[in-house]
Amino acid sequence: MSDAAWETLSNQAITAAGVVYFLALISHLVEWSALRTVPVKVPVAVGAVSTGAAGGSASTDEAPDERTTYRIAMFGRLGLLLTIIACSAHGAAVFSRGMAAGRVPWGNMYEFTITGAFVISAGYLLLRKRHGLAWMGPIITAIEVVLLMVAVLWLYSPVEPLTEALLSPWLVIHVMSAIIATGAFTLGGITSALYLVKARAEAKGTAADRGYIARLPSLPSLDRVSYRINAFAFPVWTFAVLISGPIWAHQAWSTYWNWDPKEVVAFITWVVYAAYLHARATAGWRGRNAAILALVGVATLWFNFIGVNYFSTTSQHSYANGAPVVSLRDR
Amino acid sequence: MSTTSSEARDERQDEGRWSPSGDRDHHRRTGELTPGEFLRWAWRQVTSMRTALVLLLLLALGAIPGSVIPQQGVDALKTQNWQAAHPHLTPIYDRLGLFSVYHSAWFAAIYLLLMISLVGCIVPRLFVYWRGYRAQPPTAPRNLTRLPDHASYTTDDEPAVVLERAARRLSRGHRVSTSSPDEADGWVAAERGQLREAGNLLFHLSVLIVLVGFGIGSLFGYKGGVILVVGNGFSNTLSQYDDFAPGSLFSADKMEPFCFTVHDFKVDWIESGARQGMARGFQAPLTYRDSCRGDPSSWSAQKPYDLEVNHPLTIGGTQVFLIGHGYAPVITVRDAQGNKLYDGPTIFLPESSNFESFGVIKAPGLKPGTDLGLEGLFYPTFALVNGDPINVMGDDRNPAISLLAYQGDLGLDTGVPQSVYAMNKADMTQLKKPDGKQFRVDLQPGQTAQLPDGAGSVTFHGVKHWTRLQISRTPDVWVTLLGVVLAMLGLLGSLFIRPRRVWVRARRTDGTTLVEVAALDRSGGGDLAPVVSSVVDALQSDRSGTTTQPKET
Repeated sequence: MSDAAWETLSNQAITAAGVVYFLALISHLVEWSALRTVPVKVPVAVGAVSTGAAGGSASTDEAPDERTTYRIAMFGRLGLLLTIIACSAHGAAVFSRGMAAGRVPWGNMYEFTITGAFVISAGYLLLRKRHGLAWMGPIITAIEVVLLMVAVLWLYSPVEPLTEALLSPWLVIHVMSAIIATGAFTLGGITSALYLVKARAEAKGTAADRGYIARLPSLPSLDRVSYRINAFAFPVWTFAVLISGPIWAHQAWSTYWNWDPKEVVAFITWVVYAAYLHARATAGWRGRNAAILALVGVATLWFNFIGVNYFSTTSQHSYANGAPVVSLRDR
Repeated sequence: MSTTSSEARDERQDEGRWSPSGDRDHHRRTGELTPGEFLRWAWRQVTSMRTALVLLLLLALGAIPGSVIPQQGVDALKTQNWQAAHPHLTPIYDRLGLFSVYHSAWFAAIYLLLMISLVGCIVPRLFVYWRGYRAQPPTAPRNLTRLPDHASYTTDDEPAVVLERAARRLSRGHRVSTSSPDEADGWVAAERGQLREAGNLLFHLSVLIVLVGFGIGSLFGYKGGVILVVGNGFSNTLSQYDDFAPGSLFSADKMEPFCFTVHDFKVDWIESGARQGMARGFQAPLTYRDSCRGDPSSWSAQKPYDLEVNHPLTIGGTQVFLIGHGYAPVITVRDAQGNKLYDGPTIFLPESSNFESFGVIKAPGLKPGTDLGLEGLFYPTFALVNGDPINVMGDDRNPAISLLAYQGDLGLDTGVPQSVYAMNKADMTQLKKPDGKQFRVDLQPGQTAQLPDGAGSVTFHGVKHWTRLQISRTPDVWVTLLGVVLAMLGLLGSLFIRPRRVWVRARRTDGTTLVEVAALDRSGGGDLAPVVSSVVDALQSDRSGTTTQPKET
């Protein structure tokens, strides 16, 4: 296949993935709207995974009728199946983009975004069973739809050769670890956000016995899932920002730490997550405050990825075109 | 698992965590403290986890201005432009150190306090860990059923048999201690994952190593830049640099005495596709000598190297990087009498990615008031479109210069330092055509233009490449690298090793044996119910037919 054919395939696969994610989102919404009619204590299969309070004895009048049960199970499975299909198409798009470019597919904002979005959706599918993430379905599919739309509409750029400074094996190592950490932190951030929503509903006493919030895992288990994902992402981020990044910077720009805006914000993200990990072990900070810190962390992370490229022209991470960095002092 | 039980477990995690102090004194007001006690109190505040947390957040907050406001040390030119554009804010920002945030006193205060807090916390914990490492796992709590994760069952086996089985089962991966055999209410205690704390300590100590390495690098190192026209040589002395940023403790005699000559500059231009006109494949072949000190006969041997982006040249402890390139038109300026006032390549700075470049030529005249000045653009690939000069691409396929000419006093003798890239036009008058229209020196290689009023002539001979090189020395960079690698190892240990205690108690009641199993996760992230049930299963699997009532919470 020619490079152009790979590129076309990649663009088509991304479109297909976006559409299928959208269909998956609709199925999950149907599933969860059907679930609203069922009180939480009635055990039903959510996303083909049984949830509901263990040992809850459902009285017959609260039990959902057969059609509702069928709809919940049916659309839950359909949503999952569609997400898997979309994720495969997404993976194919990332792969063929790489084939078209003849290099790893994360040389510019568009490529970074689609690869990062792929990590989020693949991570969700992989961890779904182990951590019981079925409740994340509607959120993940919604995020994927948004991310792919942003990527295709605003960030798209055709396959093009990289600027010289990016031609290094560290592109694979450094950017891959940054992408994995970004995807994982985002998953952790979603969990933390839901933790806060649920904690607020419980504190206000408005927590209903049905509906989405009520079906989320318990607060401690949301907190634990969030911690586990963030605890995985933190060392990966450490490696990307504080080990592989400086080594590459030392090779390409002569100083391993340059206080470049992107470096600074990445460092801020690192410090915020370090604070998050400490907060979970400090009385008065765990729970709500730790979750807020995790959200601040995600905010800095995404600001760093998108914001710094738009607001700062000094950043050496701007994936700039061939403009040489010439800054001269008077002599 | 209910919320309350998890909170109860979380409270217990505090023991042995960051804060090394108890809270015994906190009910007393500070006024009642003796100076010694006050110091101790202050020390505890500084080394408490809460303070560390606040300092971490302050550090994150304090780093923000540096990513928004241009920094002197990162991009001096941009900083100057910003300062010129904001005359009112500049003095305030300057006072606050916002143009060099990371060298400002307040930023240093944050991270130094953080380091003190870290040391104050880590050192006592090192001793605690050292003592605790060899100690036996603690005795089983009296009431195992009070722990959030527990289970119990009854069996016909003798307590001793059950406990012996439990000790055997838990000896895998755990350190185990048991009650003395004559105790009526026997127990087995098991503990694992002590290396988590070791990883934690290693990580925090490594942060100090990184800081030391970073400090050495930035105090004793330097970073300098030079623009070198191809064919020219460079020897590593202070005066040869265009810009130079030394560390505070840098001394010039530590500079390594190497020298090198750039012989050529090669670049590939992409001819088609999305990035048409982009340059890549930069290569600057050079020859260098490790030592050029003293007499040329004592210089070390000459070695070749192809300098490329991402492939710096390392000479001793110093590295040379290729970070930019551009064009230097070779121009000769003569006065009315034909005397050469200026001759040679002049560095023009690229203004855009297609290397349309701007430059200034200052040719001091032989008599006062006859200085000639030229200022204008260089086009690597020149074309005329509708009578307007445009630049097609960055490669020098059809080079041309287009300059305005000035005559007068350049002010070079006043002693005020000037930028070579800007002309002081205060005492210069622009040369015009006899009819008063604007005069421009538009030349291609080999051409000569006469200036109006017989002021002289300008010859454009051709064009040379220049390379911008960054030369830097970061002493003992391995300390920093070692620090981050150790920190990474420690971090992995402290996050993924799960410290856990498991206890089994067995006692005789009403003719049967009541067995209680409980577990405690000291990292706060573990799910213990499966652990407890697997121990229960293991204890029961050896014997069937017993009455079991597993009670999970």
